[in-house]
Amino acid sequence: MQLFPCPFCGPRDEAEFHYGGEAGNLRPDGREVPAERWADYLHMRANPKGATKEIWVHMTCGEFFALARDTVTHKVAGSVSLGEAERQP
Amino acid sequence: MSARRLSSGGSEIDRSKPVSFSFDGRRVEGFDGDTIASALLASGRRIVGRSFKYHRPRGIWGAGVEEPNALVDIERDGRSTPNARATTELARDSLVARSVNAAPDAERDRNAFLDRFSRFIPAAFYYKTFMWPDWHLFEPRIRAMAGLGTVDPDWMQDRSADQLNHHCDVLVVGAGPAGLAAAASAAAAGHSVLVVDDQSRPGGSLRHRAGEIDGRPGAQWVADTVAALEKAGVVLLSNTTAFGIYDHNLAALNQRHDDGRPDTLWRVRPKRIVLATGAIERPLPFANNDLPGILSADAALHYLKRHAVLAGERIVVAANNDSAYEVAASMAEAGAEVTLVDIRPAASASADKARVLGGRAVATAHGRNGVEGVTLDNGTRLTADCVLVSGGWTPSVHLYSQAKGKLAWRDDLAAFVPGSELDGIGTAGALAGEVALSRVLESGVAGLGQFAGKAAPPKSTGLEASLNTSAAWPKPKAKGRVWIDYQNDVTAKDVELAARENFVSVEHLKRYTTLGMATDQGKTSNLNGLALLAEATGRSIPNVGTTTYRPPFTPVPFTSLIGAKRKSLLAPVRRLPLDTVHRVQGASFREYGGWLRPAYYGAATSGSAAAIQDEARRARQSVALFDGSTLGKIEVIGPCAAEFVDFIYYNTMSTLKPGRCRYGFMLSENGVVFDDGILVRLDENRFVVSCSSSHVASVHARLEEWRQDRFGRDAVYIHNATAEYATLTVSGPNAKTLVEALGLGAALDDASLPHMAIAHGRFGGEEVRIARVSFTGDRSYEVSIRADRAEALWARMQQEGRALEAVTIGLEALMILRAEKGFIVIGKDTDGATMPQDLGVDGPRRKRVTEFVGRRSLFTEEGMRADRKQLVGLSVAEGEAPLGTGAHGIERTGGAKRSLGYVTSSYFSPTLGRPIALGLIEAGASRHGEVIDIQHLGMLRRATITAPCALDPAGDRLNG
Ligand SMILES: [Zn+2]
Repeated sequence: MQLFPCPFCGPRDEAEFHYGGEAGNLRPDGREVPAERWADYLHMRANPKGATKEIWVHMTCGEFFALARDTVTHKVAGSVSLGEAERQP
Repeated sequence: MSARRLSSGGSEIDRSKPVSFSFDGRRVEGFDGDTIASALLASGRRIVGRSFKYHRPRGIWGAGVEEPNALVDIERDGRSTPNARATTELARDSLVARSVNAAPDAERDRNAFLDRFSRFIPAAFYYKTFMWPDWHLFEPRIRAMAGLGTVDPDWMQDRSADQLNHHCDVLVVGAGPAGLAAAASAAAAGHSVLVVDDQSRPGGSLRHRAGEIDGRPGAQWVADTVAALEKAGVVLLSNTTAFGIYDHNLAALNQRHDDGRPDTLWRVRPKRIVLATGAIERPLPFANNDLPGILSADAALHYLKRHAVLAGERIVVAANNDSAYEVAASMAEAGAEVTLVDIRPAASASADKARVLGGRAVATAHGRNGVEGVTLDNGTRLTADCVLVSGGWTPSVHLYSQAKGKLAWRDDLAAFVPGSELDGIGTAGALAGEVALSRVLESGVAGLGQFAGKAAPPKSTGLEASLNTSAAWPKPKAKGRVWIDYQNDVTAKDVELAARENFVSVEHLKRYTTLGMATDQGKTSNLNGLALLAEATGRSIPNVGTTTYRPPFTPVPFTSLIGAKRKSLLAPVRRLPLDTVHRVQGASFREYGGWLRPAYYGAATSGSAAAIQDEARRARQSVALFDGSTLGKIEVIGPCAAEFVDFIYYNTMSTLKPGRCRYGFMLSENGVVFDDGILVRLDENRFVVSCSSSHVASVHARLEEWRQDRFGRDAVYIHNATAEYATLTVSGPNAKTLVEALGLGAALDDASLPHMAIAHGRFGGEEVRIARVSFTGDRSYEVSIRADRAEALWARMQQEGRALEAVTIGLEALMILRAEKGFIVIGKDTDGATMPQDLGVDGPRRKRVTEFVGRRSLFTEEGMRADRKQLVGLSVAEGEAPLGTGAHGIERTGGAKRSLGYVTSSYFSPTLGRPIALGLIEAGASRHGEVIDIQHLGMLRRATITAPCALDPAGDRLNG
């Protein structure tokens, strides 16, 4: 059971979290977005082996945040709430 | 009789407290402190079980969790445990034990004949032979003959197992010399320490092997150290197995109790783990090495020193390392005639009174139901009633490997040891390949890393142990049957067969032969098996490698893993604020999306189907009362609230005026309708999202995600107020009359409160919100009030309803009413491909210019297809029964049938006096009037495609 650092609550058991997708999957707006670009946004994922940045939500407090971790070693590098991430691009 | 109890000695038994239990229907006498195994040995019992596949007689091999043979089904105090190890279960009065896989019992097993056919049933025999015509024809009888313990399917644990979460600085696994040294050092440094050990008492090898620490006998040092640890507040758990290490060093423990309680599951989050899990003695590969009376040498010493049980009178000790010499000497000292057969030419140590034969090996054991003698590799025959075997020591690397540690091969030990550093985990003692007691104690302290105290480790002041192991692996083409895996009946020939048939990966070997797949997970057998595979395929052992180590190290009862999550707590239902009131009213409850809700009332007199029809009919006649409290009520508040709901909804919502309501869809980003419902605008910057009952949590999460990801925390605020309010619905031609009678103080005339508007009032001093929205198609009022004040309002509604012949309806009648109107239920009348245009709501897609969730997907090739499944009504000929829900519309082209879609909802409408149905049919919106075939459960019927709305298409009843 991994321990994830919720920016709001601190370290909590992974069972309290839900995966929200890969971080940095920016949403293209508008009905004119090319189909390939929209399909990329909807379906295509890098699924990296190693260092990755993901969006997770802590179900008990509702915090969505970006989590940097390693998919091989399961080491967690850190987390930042979505608002913070925007302010410090 | 071979093994017997000595008249004195036994550090763990209390001769003043006799214990008596039943084994295979016979009484077995022992003493307090005996395990089932030690008491069986002491009583001279040799055969304690039958093997998995061949029903070979088997005796006790080991003395701990590694035991492959002595499995028993246990009953005690009404508690039943299958496949318990006789070596770890304490002997108790009132305990009833039965051998496994034997009928009627282990000594007289009627399937023993199977062993004579063994040459015809090698590895994978059953799979190869019973493939045709169908494995499942043969499986039940084969399974009844093979296998282990019996589960009583009717037995139910009467209470939940406890699950504990524990935090500490240091977790020490194993309370042998290394573990105790580590615990003492960490405690001295002021750290909180938890020590766990799978035996009934701490001490490990010091409880039966020689050793002197800091000038004291090993056992005395153990007692002193444990007393000091307890004084220092260290938690020490015996009978507790650390069975798994999971991500981020979460350790899982299974604690067995002796008082009838179910096992306790511990989840431990330590900062540091010291693994001092020890090592397990291996068998030697000689023919018939599975006969009863052949034991692990260390186990025999264990029984001698702890339980005063001497394993035999004429004992052959077969060894490839020094550790057996202490065993041989002790057995001789206790009065047995002992011959030590050492494969090493220069037998290294003397064994006091025991005779030592160097450079010799046991080739074959003889005996029918137990060992009677052995033949050595030079043909010498020795008579023996007991053979004690030490084939080297296998470090218990299981937990270390689960934590992703890499193993290293040590030729001098003929074993794998931990080979890489792990974050937060240290290894110590025999696990780390240490043999000499001084090194064992030092490694315990070193395993603490920065958690070690400043004091020097305890010192070994006596003889230091040595091994000098000389590998003695099974060889291909050996004569006779050499057993590798006792518990799963795998022989050397089976391993060779696997290699010949090209199962040369160790993982394939395991699955093909079932080597190491029994409840003992091959603790005694795996290394011998993969060494033979290495030999047979011309590789080195490290090159063959090991199979993956996975939790659990020992079997864990499901009850422990389940904990309190059973019966009604498995998936707890949510209850309405008025749950008890509905019960008094005679409601029958069903679960809907996690909520327990009234399905219908008064079925006791008329039956459920009639009750539902009656409720649906009467609801249209005068007035109906309905508890709609589960409807979502999620508030969206803030300066960007209007912009936010525009983005969230498919429909434009920002144009809604305060005090008004609008129906709309929420889509997923792939354009599929995710939820529908009413949005209420309370004021300029405040909305209430009224989502489907079962979607409240997911809608709430979705709103939070878009809020935090796109709009910002200061732009909008989301508050899920669903549980704060009860919502009581009044619907029907007389709804207004009833609501007026409630005296809520709100203007209810249609000008002040038209359809899709809200009003505020009071009831008994509490604010109420009245929303004129309708899911029945009739004039309806949804009155929301503080949940804890709802009972009085409901009672008043019932009271005022009497004169109007009001009917209280459950969810089943509501389903009929909404279907009559063609109103959908998301997930029932829609599926994972339904887009809003399929439901006849195409305007926003075409007209909206602002962005919303799922928008681009509505214009994909898929979204634009002309043959999309669309919502329709389906009607049948007069006098016919309702269509089956899930029935398919069928089209024939040539001889082939093709599905056009399916029936999503189907009811008999008491108001219309005929069946009604909704469905999703290809291009259905443009096919009204067309007759199609409907297939259901092999029956073909015909139905006419209609508009979804079957009752009052003009909507007059909304204001009626
Ligand atoms: Zn949190």
